[in-house]
Amino acid sequence: MFLGIDYTTWWFLVFGGVISGYAILDGFDLGAGALHLFLKKEESRRIALNAIGPVWDGNEVWLVIAGGALFAGFPIAYAAVFSAFYLPVMIFLIGLIWRAVAIEFRSKEPGKIWRLTWDIVYTFACVVVTLSLGLMLGNIALGLPLNEEKEFTGTMLSFFNLFSFLVAMTTLALFMMHGAIYLAMKTENRLYVKLTVLAKNFTIFFLVAFSLTTLYTLLYIPHLSDKIRSNPQYFIFPVIMILAIASIPRQLKRGNYRLAFVFSSITIASLLVAVAVEVFPNLLYASNNPANSITIQNAASSRQTMKTLLIIALIGTPLVATYTAFVFWTFKGKVKLDEMSY
Amino acid sequence: MDVEILSRIQFAFTIAFHYIYPPLSIGLGLILVIMEGLYLKTGQKIYEDMTRFWIRIFALIFGLGVATGIIMEFEFGTNWATYSKYVGDIFGSALAAEGIFAFALESGFLGILLFGWNRVSSKVHFFSTIMVFLGSMFSAVWIVVANSWQQTPAGYHIVGEGMNARAEITDFWAMVFNPSSMERLSHVWIGAFLAGAFLVLSVHAYYIKKNKHLAIAKPGFKIALAVATIFSLAQLFTGHKSADGVAKNQPAKLAALEGHYDSSATADMYLMGWVDNKTQTTTGIKIPGGLSFLLHQDFSTPVTGLNAFKPEDRPSQVNAVFQFYHIMVAIGMMLIVLTCYASWLWWKGTLFEHKWLMGVFVWAVLLPQIANQAGWFAAEMGRQPWVVYNLLRTSDALSKSVKAEQVLVSLIMFTLVYATLLVLFLYLLNKKIKHGPESQAPLDEKAVEAKSIRENPIMN
Repeated sequence: MFLGIDYTTWWFLVFGGVISGYAILDGFDLGAGALHLFLKKEESRRIALNAIGPVWDGNEVWLVIAGGALFAGFPIAYAAVFSAFYLPVMIFLIGLIWRAVAIEFRSKEPGKIWRLTWDIVYTFACVVVTLSLGLMLGNIALGLPLNEEKEFTGTMLSFFNLFSFLVAMTTLALFMMHGAIYLAMKTENRLYVKLTVLAKNFTIFFLVAFSLTTLYTLLYIPHLSDKIRSNPQYFIFPVIMILAIASIPRQLKRGNYRLAFVFSSITIASLLVAVAVEVFPNLLYASNNPANSITIQNAASSRQTMKTLLIIALIGTPLVATYTAFVFWTFKGKVKLDEMSY
Repeated sequence: MDVEILSRIQFAFTIAFHYIYPPLSIGLGLILVIMEGLYLKTGQKIYEDMTRFWIRIFALIFGLGVATGIIMEFEFGTNWATYSKYVGDIFGSALAAEGIFAFALESGFLGILLFGWNRVSSKVHFFSTIMVFLGSMFSAVWIVVANSWQQTPAGYHIVGEGMNARAEITDFWAMVFNPSSMERLSHVWIGAFLAGAFLVLSVHAYYIKKNKHLAIAKPGFKIALAVATIFSLAQLFTGHKSADGVAKNQPAKLAALEGHYDSSATADMYLMGWVDNKTQTTTGIKIPGGLSFLLHQDFSTPVTGLNAFKPEDRPSQVNAVFQFYHIMVAIGMMLIVLTCYASWLWWKGTLFEHKWLMGVFVWAVLLPQIANQAGWFAAEMGRQPWVVYNLLRTSDALSKSVKAEQVLVSLIMFTLVYATLLVLFLYLLNKKIKHGPESQAPLDEKAVEAKSIRENPIMN
């Protein structure tokens, strides 16, 4: 116990924090990638790539940390989730490979066809990665059929349901909006103007997708809104979420992209918090028999490991925060191309 | 083929392909620290040029290391769910430490290393280079600790029974400093330094052979040669320590390394040979009693053989383990001969007069790569049939919900993707090498005259 909360719950909070960090940070990289082909000129595409160039790799490390955090703290959930989502995970990972090599390889040859090929690979990879993340998130929120050994008993086909499709589209819209806002913050002149238009359009795309998903959840998936409905104090979460979402178009209209970026980051975090509040203390809800659900307690590592992990996090987090801030600060302001650029 | 063999092939294939890159990043990281350090100390343009040239190559290698590395972390869960549950309590904390202490450090400062040359002061840039190098060293620490725990488990107890059993940590530091972790870590680190140093040697030897970029190629070659000589000699000691450790902690593996079957006889050491597992015979060129001498400093002390273990408790692919081990050792010896000879010529002042030697170094880049791969294959196959030594069998470690068809599909995808990546990597690496450093230093006279159009032999 620490501050009245047990170690396992603390680790769940850390894990949630890391997942949110990943979604916010790699979210703008993936969003910038997904909208890459909307930028038509060679120079625009180069500036967009260099806007994420020095940071995308560090952002992806949050995914590695999240994977490690789940493996270490909740090995049973790690084992169940990744073996259940076998092929979606493989597609997601291969998408990440292509995203990384497309960024790296594109600038290495000047040829038009070479660059166009990598532009297409890059956009396609980012869209695939984002959609598969959304698809997995949707299915995790919905729950999976699990046996008593906490192993997945369903088939691949069960992943393709309307709800998960809606979540996947919402994720794509959200990241594209987030990415466009980030790029607008990092660019100037005509490219900036173009991105402000894109940011507005993706915001509309997001608002539509988000509304449909919310409506569908409230109507058809009671276990994802029960807790907030029955506990008035939890209303704070949807309220923050709605306020953050409403602030995005307002800041876009005022041209304050830094603030708009803050609000789209809060939107991403609060969406994840809303899901977490509803599923807690489950990590993976067993849709066939709730008794088989994987909870933070029955999936947890030993007390000793939880303690070790929390110490690692306590030492590591300030370090990571410091040098992440240092790197972002070094590359602050509008993108300028030089001979080391992509 | 069943799920087990497909999953093993997939894991071996993806980790072996991944392992082309991290050792190069670690070794190149060390060389970059030396080069940039010399630039800061002397202020000479040649060191700046060579540093910036190798940073570009580093970027390509690092990029592929990241892209292929992320697969590994999730493959434990996708294909080896039972293993993940079994070791999560132990392996997980090492992996989490790797993420937060190592990966975050190296990829954070990588941005400055690659893009910050004109943005930050030269001291801050040098600091970033050191941090990226240290980050890659730390990541080796945690992953080797985790793997060594699978070889020599320590600091744990078993909770639960049957398929629900799992290992729980009792002593974090006993887990970290398990009996094999430190000797294996030093062996892995040095293997990585050699991989990086020989890449630099190869490229610089190529330039010297072609009379190109000589102002940079020669001093760069010497830096890498010094690193390669020191560490190929040092590798002899860590290798010997590792073998001693295997003898003590994993006798069945040691017996497989030398194809030694008799339960209690003096053991020979082979220079090369062939093991027939059916007839339990090993034939080849050997030093009688050599293994006994190596371990006990006495030619007649008996060494535990494979037959001291039940057939189901010892590796079945004895010949493969034997061959991988002997390839590694033979290459280790070749590297010592090659680097010491070159260093002797350097001392005599005639190093660059032997074009054939430069030709050898162009190709020698493959040797540490092959040795690193072979060493790991010997270590991992020699641990079989266990995934965690004496605790969990590989055949029990699989994901029960994953079907053979799924693994086959993903294995085919990985094969296609990785084959494409390898071709692109070699193409771009070759192109960067051909392009050479952006020479701002005064060109060597000969370099201007000699414009060879011959291809780089490594890539053809």
